[in-house]
Amino acid sequence: MNGYNFAYLDEPTKRMIRRAILKAVAIPGHQVPFGAREMPLPYGWGTGGIQVTAAILGADDVLKVIDQGADDTTNAVSIRRFFSHVAGVETTTRTRDATVIQTRHRIPETPLTGDQILVYQVPLPEPLAKLEPSRAETKQMHALADYGLMHVKLYEDIARFGHVTISYDYPVMVNGRYLMSPSPIPAFDTLKMNRMPALQLFGAGREKRIYAVPPYTTVRPLDFDDHPFSLTRAPHACALCGATNSYLDEVVTDDRGSRMFVCSDTDYCADRRGEMEGDAS
Amino acid sequence: MTLEKPGFIDPVAEAQACFRLVLRTMSSPGQIVTLATDVATPPLAPATAAVLLTLVDAEVSLWLDEPLADSWDWLAFHAGVVRAADIGTAAFLCTTALPPLADVFAGTDDAPETGATIILQVPALDGGPKLTLYGPGLETPIVIAPQGLPADFIAQWEQNHRLFPRGVDLLLCAGSSFCALPRSVRIGEG
Repeated sequence: MNGYNFAYLDEPTKRMIRRAILKAVAIPGHQVPFGAREMPLPYGWGTGGIQVTAAILGADDVLKVIDQGADDTTNAVSIRRFFSHVAGVETTTRTRDATVIQTRHRIPETPLTGDQILVYQVPLPEPLAKLEPSRAETKQMHALADYGLMHVKLYEDIARFGHVTISYDYPVMVNGRYLMSPSPIPAFDTLKMNRMPALQLFGAGREKRIYAVPPYTTVRPLDFDDHPFSLTRAPHACALCGATNSYLDEVVTDDRGSRMFVCSDTDYCADRRGEMEGDAS
Repeated sequence: MTLEKPGFIDPVAEAQACFRLVLRTMSSPGQIVTLATDVATPPLAPATAAVLLTLVDAEVSLWLDEPLADSWDWLAFHAGVVRAADIGTAAFLCTTALPPLADVFAGTDDAPETGATIILQVPALDGGPKLTLYGPGLETPIVIAPQGLPADFIAQWEQNHRLFPRGVDLLLCAGSSFCALPRSVRIGEG
């Protein structure tokens, strides 16, 4: 780590990000602008999450990084290596052992505790962006808590298709005040955010915004009384560990259309398989 | 010229350790955290001094009240702080007596994050009138009893909370310990 400050960012930058994080925590779900720095990897590779992680990380932390639930994919491996290089922190793939977990698009299946911090990489922090492209307009909508546009979108989905057709990045209301993008996590994960004991921080590098959900804060998917939010999950058990309650990835196994469903959370799946082997021996 | 007292001995690690405690108490309002720090520069208590060095620099304006005014040189030397012209324009206020919350900048409806942070140095974080905190970050309501708050604090805070998402955030420091009251919490008596 010669030639770098601890955790790559310089101290004034960390202070600026830390101030933004504290205001984000004080106003759950509100997007706080920050001066995102150029990082040694392109936007879209988790620069927002990396900057948040760099600002909070200490030498005693144990870092886990997941990409779509997996510890062993390119994005996760390179971010983990980045921080072990520039901060010298211990890294792990085990959810239980981590103090800071940076994630791209999943919440671990293993419940998190109050001693852990979950850092999300966020591509599009503005939940209203697909309905209203102007940031000036959406800021106004957030200021007035005017989320009628999103209700209309959900209503139109139900009128046309009979159900809401959002399968990931499902809009949520935080603390009954702000409409928030939970980042592109599957709708399956949305309910895990509600009153989670761990602090949740969100970093969007290209869009230069940070937001947060403190522990034990209500996070409710936006829905209607007569069309309540419902979970969707592939109707299969994991082909490796047999789990029937985890979020599944569909994996194509040959060129004749064969496929299998496996847990997207690799640590959870490996843990369960380890337990099964332990039982068998 | 007088030599200023030292700031953080290891600025990177100490600022990070202090920030994580601020983050913890801001996330779990009322939780009292204690910082192991050698940084002490009267009239600033160790916690007050460490929190200032952690959060304040030349990019934000600071307002100090009269009893803490001796600390300007130390803060200018170690943090390069900018003096705020008055209470209403400061991003950070560090005081020994709570200014009327209504006089402090509470941010705007579309940029509530610009609301100020008050770092209030109090005699102790226990032994005062009981306050019950409710809100985000708290699994169940928590009771704190800091000393040194004004008699009408609950009423002032009620006004502050009513502005939500606008509002000011409060850090209470005593000795090496501190706790936070973000604008999102509601406070009841007893």
